[in-house]
Amino acid sequence: MSTVEERVKKIVCEQLGVKESEVQNSSSFVEDLGADSLDTVELVMALEEEFETEIPDEEAEKLASVQDAIDYIVAHT
Amino acid sequence: MSKRRVVITGMGMLSPLGNDVASSWDGILAGRSGIGMIDRFDASEYNTRIGGAIKGLDLESYLSTKEARKLDAFIHYGLIAAQQALNDSGLAEFDELDHERAGIAIGSGIGGLEYIEKSVLTMDKSGPRKVSPFFVPASIINMISGNAAIRFGFRGPNIAIVTACTTGTHNIGYAARTIAYGDADVMLAGGSEMATTRVSIAAFSSAKALSTRNDEPQKASRPWDKDRDGFVLSDGAGVVVLEELEHARKRGATIYGELIGFGMSDDAHHITAPPEDGDGAARSMSNALRDAGLKPEDVDYINAHGTSTQVGDVAEVAATRRVFGGHASQLAMSSTKSMTGHLLGAAGAVEAIFSLLAIRDGVLPPTINLDNPDEGCDLDLVPNTCRKSDVRVALSNSFGFGGTNGTLIMRRYEG
Repeated sequence: MSTVEERVKKIVCEQLGVKESEVQNSSSFVEDLGADSLDTVELVMALEEEFETEIPDEEAEKLASVQDAIDYIVAHT
Repeated sequence: MSKRRVVITGMGMLSPLGNDVASSWDGILAGRSGIGMIDRFDASEYNTRIGGAIKGLDLESYLSTKEARKLDAFIHYGLIAAQQALNDSGLAEFDELDHERAGIAIGSGIGGLEYIEKSVLTMDKSGPRKVSPFFVPASIINMISGNAAIRFGFRGPNIAIVTACTTGTHNIGYAARTIAYGDADVMLAGGSEMATTRVSIAAFSSAKALSTRNDEPQKASRPWDKDRDGFVLSDGAGVVVLEELEHARKRGATIYGELIGFGMSDDAHHITAPPEDGDGAARSMSNALRDAGLKPEDVDYINAHGTSTQVGDVAEVAATRRVFGGHASQLAMSSTKSMTGHLLGAAGAVEAIFSLLAIRDGVLPPTINLDNPDEGCDLDLVPNTCRKSDVRVALSNSFGFGGTNGTLIMRRYEG
């Protein structure tokens, strides 16, 4: 079974079209991985789907980096 | 105001016959049909199970996976045809191109229907929060022109005319006028379509518009033949580079032909069917001849709208007789839809390209599956095999739902 970290990174790669080697825990979706505002919305939707959870909009807006996403998932699932 | 002259210096195409201009044209010259069984979805319960699909497309060589995922297939096809046309023109490497004088007019008849259908299903199943933020920019019709502008840095006029099956023709005609009027020096123009979707095939079937010759797909599109039973819906895109003549000459561009005439009209008759006498079609052709300053007898070849429907095919012959009189029996008229099927909003662009290639190569594209011409269809319809013939002036017709008609006239460039 993959860890939360692995699963989050896999989705980030798929959604943002980046290679696994480019994705660090500290990577910012917008500044490091080239996401725009629409990309980040869809990324959150993909995370919700993968982890069968709902991320409220006000929480989703705070998820700026890969580590933010991992922390949120770990805390809420 | 004197009109500036407009020439065609680049061409790009995806069709059921091939994923570029050269292979599609090879298919035309061979009289090959691009029609087959629908495999994009399970069509087993449909009355019509045949269509003309794009096959074996190497999408990733044009678009990244991330880009592709955010766009409906009709935008993929349009962008690819635009890229091919731009590459063909040599403008991609022309450093002196003034990008503020370069524009885009690429439309679609229906737009991102597949993306719309999928999004509705997602919403129905999972609720409104699961609808992608890319839904709107992935599916609205002007997003070929919009994405192409970003991709190529074209900052001039940007538009997408939507007129059903006349879309490609209207976009090219309008783009040419944009150049002639002085608003741009270069325009990418054409149309794209990917409408062989679940809802669309169902709806065109309900309207009894489609051929149901499911057991012989390659014989289904048979314009003017007695046994025709409707059109075949196809996917693809066509884009041309239009350029102001002096701009093209100065950089030593290859000139495929000159766009000398554009005409429009409407039937004002019925939402989907033309009048039997082809009145609107005739006026569209007459308007194009007037714009070109040509006499009817100057036209050598007509690439017909010729979709393989009962009323439409006969009406176009009637219109041609009315406009061309005795010369109607001298000129050649064929329907390349007999091979490609009907690409709706892309049809006019794809057929303008075939018309230009007829001029370039001195060859008349055939009308395949024309075994027994219907009563009254007694023009030279170039049955079944292509034919060598000097083509100096070619005319291309498109007629769409809403009764909207468009005609382009292209002439060999002779200085």
